[in-house]
Amino acid sequence: MNVKTLFSHSLWIAHKDLLEFSRNRVMLVMLFVFPLFMMMMTGYIFPSGNTVKDMQLSVVNLDSYNGTTGAESLAFYSTLETVNHRTGFFVLSNTSSEDNAREMITRGDRMGAVIIPANFTSNLRTGSQGYITVLYDQSKPQISLQLTSILDSVIAQMGTSRAVYTVNRTTGQDLNTSVAIVTPYKVQNKGTVPGNPNYFEFMAPGMMMMVVMFSVMTGLPRAISHEKEAGTFDGVLAAPTSRFSIILGKTIAQSVRGIIQGVIVLVLAIFLFGVTINGPILLVVFLLLLGIFSFIGLGIAITSAAKDEETASTFMMVLQFPMLFLSGVFFPIEQMPWYMQYVAKALPLTYATSAMRKVVVLGAGFGDILTEVAVLLVFGIVLLAIAIPLFKKAMAR
Amino acid sequence: METAGARSIIETMGLTKRFDGFTAVDHVNIYVNEGEIYGLLGPNGAGKSTLIRMLTTLSNPSEGTAKVAAFDLVRDAEKVRETVGIVSEKMIMYDRLTAYENLKLFAKLYNVPNSEIDGRLQELLKVVNMTKWADEQIGKFSTGMKQRINVIRALVSMPKIVFMDEPTLGLDPQSTADIRDFIKRLNEKDGLTIVLTTHIMNEADVLCDRIGLIDKGKIAAEGSPAELKGRIAERGNTVVELDVMDAPADAAQRLRAVEGVKSVAQTENCVKVIVSREDAFQDIVDAAKKAGLRLRNATISQPSLEDVFLHFTGRAMVDEVKDKVPSRGGRHGPWRATTRGR
Repeated sequence: MNVKTLFSHSLWIAHKDLLEFSRNRVMLVMLFVFPLFMMMMTGYIFPSGNTVKDMQLSVVNLDSYNGTTGAESLAFYSTLETVNHRTGFFVLSNTSSEDNAREMITRGDRMGAVIIPANFTSNLRTGSQGYITVLYDQSKPQISLQLTSILDSVIAQMGTSRAVYTVNRTTGQDLNTSVAIVTPYKVQNKGTVPGNPNYFEFMAPGMMMMVVMFSVMTGLPRAISHEKEAGTFDGVLAAPTSRFSIILGKTIAQSVRGIIQGVIVLVLAIFLFGVTINGPILLVVFLLLLGIFSFIGLGIAITSAAKDEETASTFMMVLQFPMLFLSGVFFPIEQMPWYMQYVAKALPLTYATSAMRKVVVLGAGFGDILTEVAVLLVFGIVLLAIAIPLFKKAMAR
Repeated sequence: METAGARSIIETMGLTKRFDGFTAVDHVNIYVNEGEIYGLLGPNGAGKSTLIRMLTTLSNPSEGTAKVAAFDLVRDAEKVRETVGIVSEKMIMYDRLTAYENLKLFAKLYNVPNSEIDGRLQELLKVVNMTKWADEQIGKFSTGMKQRINVIRALVSMPKIVFMDEPTLGLDPQSTADIRDFIKRLNEKDGLTIVLTTHIMNEADVLCDRIGLIDKGKIAAEGSPAELKGRIAERGNTVVELDVMDAPADAAQRLRAVEGVKSVAQTENCVKVIVSREDAFQDIVDAAKKAGLRLRNATISQPSLEDVFLHFTGRAMVDEVKDKVPSRGGRHGPWRATTRGR
């Protein structure tokens, strides 16, 4: 059999698959709906830099100085109110005792409490630090983290202002100099590309890669096991068509489908979710193709190992889930514990996501993603080397 | 067993297929002459389909091999594929493609020259009266229409041999008759060699030049329908059929004790005995009465293919299939007629 026949056969098989697909209305709608759904879901439900507003916060003022409420604690409270009036993070309310505050947190009526202890004013007046206790709700770690970090920074700001005022008054320096004395270092945060990245920008590149790579990983076994069960695969196998043509044809069809879906994600990301592509668009397409290449072997291996559609689906579920969550598509892998980072580094999707993100968000060129490209190529070649003998064996039952 | 003649186009040599310790096809030696219709007749699970799958290269033999159109099944699988066509039990068609698109796909896969494709497909569609449905998606077709396309699909490559696995399974009486006619015509007009499997005695009887009786993976007997029937008859064997009301389970056992009885098979309403003495009729009727059978009718008849199967395998084929295969019209032998009559 010559090369021309071989490719002609695979193109006819691909043509057949795509024709079938294009006539399946449900699948066509899903092609569009699936990425839209995924992006809406993940884009809007994850903590995407939007801070929770109007957190219910108790203030328990136990401070007493010379028989009345200490002046320092009153000043603290009023400053806190002023700052909060501007930012709107909290809804402040007075609570009589620490026990009451705890109870209210347990009941879920408050997110946390600020407790000013009895010796607050006297400590400050005698040259000691004024302690403040913050209670938080341990059942909501993410929100508690926000609450404590906002309170920390608000209280630190208040402390700084107080220090500046003190320096200004005691040394007679002007206000700017006083600020420089109290906080000599000033940090300015700046990204390498203009603009403020949103969560969609973080997620869209990974989504694109995921959709495309999974299309071959899951589409290939599904397509072949479906034909096996329907009995049509026998017709193709009984024809004088090489096994290679069959798998190539199926791969072409699934890849075309994957690329179309990838492009849909891209278009949605740009026009619906305001993502900008900073790198060359051709590199984006190249990465999509490379992603497919790196996953073909996996798709073929699953196809060979799975006798029927059900087994194939089970295999895919087992592989898909860890990849989905460990490859840094939705959460950066740097946030994971070290052992999970090792797992993440064994997954091709991690590299594909990282490369795509560099190109889309940071405007990276080909030279900047050489490592990822190399890793993906090696993954692809190794997986194919394993999968092709498996496939040949599986076809000759 | 006969040996392969000079005209044989298929010859199997100890063809065997094992699946995890279960032997589906067990050292089968058969031959098929060029231009004949050869029938593999046996109950479900006898190994017919597995044998066909091996002969069409869809399954590798565990042992043995075969010559198909002068090519070795294992070594020249590719050549075998070019030469044979297959009509499998599950139809080889894509529902979302039109009839024409389905046929064209396979014409391409079988390397039919581009210039010939359209002419050939139109002709095939015309032969089965499907021309006006050519551009409709297969999914909209009735089973009978699908099967017509399924059969001509196997012919797009102009094969020398066509294997058909249960070509009339699940078809209505009209379609069954049409497909049988078509098979007969292909064989007579175009000299196509056809190997088909069936579990319907009557189908094998009317269609096939030669038959291989297959049971539990082994060929029990081989020959033309007349030859096979003759082999029972010539030994003075007759068939006694008893119509009964609710035969007790041990009736067959009791009747086997009668002198000269070769085999007994029973269903709820019928007991069939093959006996080597022509004068055994009365003895059998007596034994049946003694066994507590309530007779409605008793007949003595010449052996049919069904009896041939019973004779050679010691088992009735109808028992195997009566629950699995829905009534499909046509005459399927006296057994089915009896059971259906009530």
